[in-house]
Amino acid sequence: MNVLAAIGEILVFIGTFFYFLSALGLIRMPDVYNRMQTSTKSATLGSLGVMIGVGLWALGSDFGSVAWLTKTVVIATFLLLTNPISAHALIRAAYKRGIPLWHGSVVDKYHEYIESKAEKAESVEGEGDAE
Amino acid sequence: MEEAGKISRYLYTVIVLFLIWLFLTASTDPQELVMGVIFSLLIAAFAYPIFTTRGLANLHPKRVAYAIAYIPYFLWAMIMANLDVAYRVLHPKRPIRPGIVHCKTVLKTNPGKLALANSITLTPGTITLDVDDDNYFIHWIWVPDEVLRAESDEEHVERASSNITAPFEKFLKVIFG
Repeated sequence: MNVLAAIGEILVFIGTFFYFLSALGLIRMPDVYNRMQTSTKSATLGSLGVMIGVGLWALGSDFGSVAWLTKTVVIATFLLLTNPISAHALIRAAYKRGIPLWHGSVVDKYHEYIESKAEKAESVEGEGDAE
Repeated sequence: MEEAGKISRYLYTVIVLFLIWLFLTASTDPQELVMGVIFSLLIAAFAYPIFTTRGLANLHPKRVAYAIAYIPYFLWAMIMANLDVAYRVLHPKRPIRPGIVHCKTVLKTNPGKLALANSITLTPGTITLDVDDDNYFIHWIWVPDEVLRAESDEEHVERASSNITAPFEKFLKVIFG
């Protein structure tokens, strides 16, 4: 038991706590968009904490070597770069599929934007016909 | 955006691949290093056309320095985001006021836009819904009053952008140009 192992254990603990929050967010939030919010953020930071924590923990134990830490850093970076993209793909697919926002939502600029774009395309088409 | 020469792009891909190899093997044994170089050269030959458009210009010292400074800044924003989410999830009244807002960005390159979208997704209360040219549509878990009360569309975009995209843009503008 030394300082590195202690830091690693604390990081793993914090990461697990954020995992728990992520799961709790899935239950408590009202619609798919808000669930994405809580689950993506908390799960990403939770994984980061657990992975880096494991790397440091192993570095501080008898059997550990630097290879543990570098590998976990690579995996954590990979996860950090890919997790938001999957979240973005999921939330965009949900919107395109027509899943409604929660009734408490206040603004929806995206809907207005799509409509104005469709109108513009239509009017351009109409002009083409008239000519 | 100007495209770099083929050799410059190829070399940049080799360097990145070799760095990943170094981290994954975590050994400086000459046998391992030679094998890593060979595989990096091989894979880069196939992958460089889709990997980068700017080549070695990515390694400009100013860009690297900003990229390194961006890491702690981003991690700090991410921790704040998670504390914010923790507060919203654990609070008995569940204080959320979600909405989709419209932002604009000043970034021009595709990697820059990708980095900005990723940063937005992982920071306080926002998640990127769609990107169209320089328009960002962002699902915000708590739309603040000042954005909600904006009278015109332009005002809305301006206020939302200064809240969401501006803090990252000052870094990403330098890193990705």
